[in-house]
Amino acid sequence: MQAANAEAGAEKKSRFGMRMFLDILNRYTIFFILLAMVIILSIIEPNFLTSTNLLNIVRQITLIAILGFGLTMIIITAGIDLSPGSAVALVSVATAMFAHPGDYPLFVPILVGLAVGAAVGLVNGAIISNIKIPAFIVTLGMMITARGLAYIVSNGRPISNFSQEFYFLGRGYLFGIPFMIFVLIFFAILSHIILRHTRIGKNIYAIGGNEQAAVVSGINVKRTLLFVYMYGGLMAGVAGVLLTSRLTAGQPTAGDGYELDAIAAVVIGGTSLMGGVGTIGGTIIGALIIGVLNNGMDLLHVSGYWQQVFKGIIIVGAIVLDKIKNK
Amino acid sequence: MKVHYALEMENISKSFPGVQALKGVTLKVRKGSVHALMGENGAGKSTLMKILGGLYQPDAGVIRINGREVSFMKPADSLKHGVSMIHQELSSVLEMTVAENIFLGREPLRAGFWVNEKKLNEDTRRLLDSLEIAIDPKTKMKRLSIAQMQLVEIAKAISYNSEILIMDEPTSAITDREVEQLFRMIRSLKEKGVSIIYISHKMDEIFEISDDITVLRDGQWIGTRPASELTKHDLITMMVGRELQDMFPKKAVEIGETVLDVRNLSRRGRFSNVSFTLRRGEILGIAGLMGAGRSEVMETIFGLARPDEGEIRIRGKKVDIRSPRDAKRLGLAFITEDRKLTGLFLPHSVKDNMVAASLHRFSRNLFMKEREIREACQQQRERLLIKTPNLNQAVKNLSGGNQQKVLFAKWLLTDADILILDEPTRGVDVGAKSEIYGLMSELAASGKAIIMISSELPEILGMSDRILVMHEGKLTGELTREEADQVKIMRYATGMVG
Repeated sequence: MQAANAEAGAEKKSRFGMRMFLDILNRYTIFFILLAMVIILSIIEPNFLTSTNLLNIVRQITLIAILGFGLTMIIITAGIDLSPGSAVALVSVATAMFAHPGDYPLFVPILVGLAVGAAVGLVNGAIISNIKIPAFIVTLGMMITARGLAYIVSNGRPISNFSQEFYFLGRGYLFGIPFMIFVLIFFAILSHIILRHTRIGKNIYAIGGNEQAAVVSGINVKRTLLFVYMYGGLMAGVAGVLLTSRLTAGQPTAGDGYELDAIAAVVIGGTSLMGGVGTIGGTIIGALIIGVLNNGMDLLHVSGYWQQVFKGIIIVGAIVLDKIKNK
Repeated sequence: MKVHYALEMENISKSFPGVQALKGVTLKVRKGSVHALMGENGAGKSTLMKILGGLYQPDAGVIRINGREVSFMKPADSLKHGVSMIHQELSSVLEMTVAENIFLGREPLRAGFWVNEKKLNEDTRRLLDSLEIAIDPKTKMKRLSIAQMQLVEIAKAISYNSEILIMDEPTSAITDREVEQLFRMIRSLKEKGVSIIYISHKMDEIFEISDDITVLRDGQWIGTRPASELTKHDLITMMVGRELQDMFPKKAVEIGETVLDVRNLSRRGRFSNVSFTLRRGEILGIAGLMGAGRSEVMETIFGLARPDEGEIRIRGKKVDIRSPRDAKRLGLAFITEDRKLTGLFLPHSVKDNMVAASLHRFSRNLFMKEREIREACQQQRERLLIKTPNLNQAVKNLSGGNQQKVLFAKWLLTDADILILDEPTRGVDVGAKSEIYGLMSELAASGKAIIMISSELPEILGMSDRILVMHEGKLTGELTREEADQVKIMRYATGMVG
């Protein structure tokens, strides 16, 4: 009798353990996918798990991830932004014009870059929140317009020759770690705090979760939307300044296609395009998955054409998996 | 002595495309009273309350709070002036927690920006405790039942410490015990000087809780009286503008052969071993409490879900219904309980909605037969007395009763002969209800077989030839029209017998 009880208890316990394991697996699926990719690559490719290579991966995804932070907020409100790539180009050429050696102190090109980025976001946000045109259309227009402006401002040519301090932003090291990675960490923490611990963050989730509920609770939906698109623009400003320094030139062709990689990172990271759900942590993991995938395929000498194919499959596959587990 | 009005709304008018929703309506609410706002669906109650809640702006009229004129451009303005509202459509953010929902937009902060989660959850717990609502503040809304969500909405509205509290159908989803609890809350709020505007279709509630009653009809003010001076009969007469004679015009019909025969149907976790038959000309009522599995059985018959066991025979032939498409081909129609979610295409026109289930009939090759569609829809409109300016009107602009009739028209056009109606008169006003009953009776008389799921016992008793009762996924009783009464049905529905 007692033995039977003990057995039942043990069975219950193991069932509980199993359920908890499944629960964790379920909750952090994306993280485990990343972990699996890292483990597999470490085994088949000895050059993968070296500090140089890992830092390299993080540096490669820095810009995508920073753009992704802004997009995470935008997509949580059930919006979208297609303009970050072009905004990066406009920021790039604008910043470059103020970064020549001996012209201005370092803060000037940085501020110009951030201001241009924020301005692009402000225009997006103002139109979307006031005139109620779908964000897809507004930001598609901005994507084309900003790219055109970048060509006009630069006369279609790269702008180079910067001060040493400016080069440091995208190419310098601090304690043996690329400076860009510190910028990445700073904005990751800032974005996370805004989203999780401030009233505006709660408003962002509420608007995407149920806009009507947000309105009847007295939330200023317009102002919140204006904020998220402006923050998205600001992130394009940050990414644009870093990229210009990294490439040692302001280029009107810069950032082409970045918006798609950034959206992919956000969505792989578990943010729902329907709005109301998403985290900054998820976006970082999403970006890392893309980074590890690119890096791993390079190390394994997969041809560039096939890399594209696999990337596409992985993006859709991650979402399919998410859908299945949520059923 | 001058009466102190907490709220005066005078000569309020509001029109929408094609509809004059309010025509010079006046509502005066005494401080510390419960004021019931009555009227059929489409009478303008919700529009009036949405104006008070800052969701709509009136075309004309004045609003005064405590004698001072105010203008509400957005919900935040109303909240600021001490007007809060429990919305008829539940408006929760499902992905957020109970506490986050209650204090949405006014979270307690630390250092001016950092949301103080601890205080947020503690304040919520205190609020819920004081209202005797046993829900954990940290639960996500999507984990709650509909009844619990409604309780949270009520708690939220109360937490604004408003002077005027609008309750639009606050009891539509909660149980009797919780209604008692709500009424205790209302009485204690009243003592604190809070004025409550109460909207409900449930007469008993109105007479139990309200001090004054204002009746609207067709967007116009009909009258305001103390509740103690009115009888139910007076009130209904004021609401419908005519004497209601026979609410249930059930005709005696000759019952024909069996058309639907369900045997031992089971779906794991939902219902088990359900067997029944349905015959030509019959109205079969299905009673039971919410969650008894009634809708699930019908969804399974209609091909929306697959049964684990059992068989279905239609006109004596065993059938395998894999999808609603199959069901439709076999002459089944399913009017679901949530017309907005699963019944209608709200932004589309009356006409497009009506033909949505019978497109094959109204098309030749690739093209739609526009003239025939127009004629058929016009016929339905006249037959069902659908109030709409024209057939091109978007369905979302119609009142609940008229929307329901459009849904009926949609399925009548399919020429189905087995009609499954899930809560056919939910959210429908008294007048339209009686018209829908008339229609059901007429359809049965013309040889159609009808299954009617309903949670309203008078409707079940008034309309059914035969009644099945379900409890927790099982059929617990079957009663004929003659032997059925409320007590017997409730005994089966609560599992006391059967």
